[in-house]
Amino acid sequence: MKIHIPTPLRAFTDKQETVSVEGATVNEGLAALVATYPAMQANLYTPEGKLRSFVNVYLNEDDVRYLPGKEDSPVKADDELTIIPSIAGGACCLAGCCCR
Amino acid sequence: MGRLVVSPEVHAAIRQHGEQTYPNECCGIMLGKNIGEDLEVWMLIKAGNTRTDSAHNRYHIAPQELIGAQREGRKSGLDILGFYHSHPDHPAMWSKTDFAEAHWFGCAYVITATDGDKITGRATITKSFLLTGTSEDDKAFVEQEISIEPD
Ligand SMILES: [Zn+2]
Repeated sequence: MKIHIPTPLRAFTDKQETVSVEGATVNEGLAALVATYPAMQANLYTPEGKLRSFVNVYLNEDDVRYLPGKEDSPVKADDELTIIPSIAGGACCLAGCCCR
Repeated sequence: MGRLVVSPEVHAAIRQHGEQTYPNECCGIMLGKNIGEDLEVWMLIKAGNTRTDSAHNRYHIAPQELIGAQREGRKSGLDILGFYHSHPDHPAMWSKTDFAEAHWFGCAYVITATDGDKITGRATITKSFLLTGTSEDDKAFVEQEISIEPD
């Protein structure tokens, strides 16, 4: 499968935009990516080994979190995984905002 | 420190988007090229703010829109360089929420303050903050120069 790497994580993949890995599931693909580029580990996973909450992984057009098999979903050779950190924010901090 | 290089048209479009969505926050994606240390913006993709529950003080870009932007960029040889959003009736300064939810290292986060009367607003100050560092532990926002240059 192909894994598309977002701009901020290419520092850890020798600037590669797309990495081809072997694996039968999403997890196996991500594990193969980390095996090749170990610095990706801390960016993708918490110290407990869970995918970080702000890291979205898409299998083709689908958010892996919402697939029935989640990260164990099967992947075919011509499938594409996309790693995409979330984009969010806001003018107000949660407590003690200047406008309240 | 690299600069954010934009054309007058791109600069105006970022600010107008904030005026259009006022009193809510606007948000969008900037595509372009790294030229040396500089981030040169070639193209904007306006995003829909998915935070309809509190759009006046929160923004969120759907991952699908980001994936679409990344795909668009690959076709035209451009990268995602950063993002912009507005702060209705708030200063053009990043908030704690902005910092906590910033994960695109090496990318620019552009903030435009929009001031108004809760019905119509106009863009005042626009600033760009580069997210430096390479991980959640060493990241920091550093203000960078916005250089407005004709194409
Ligand atoms: Zn903000």
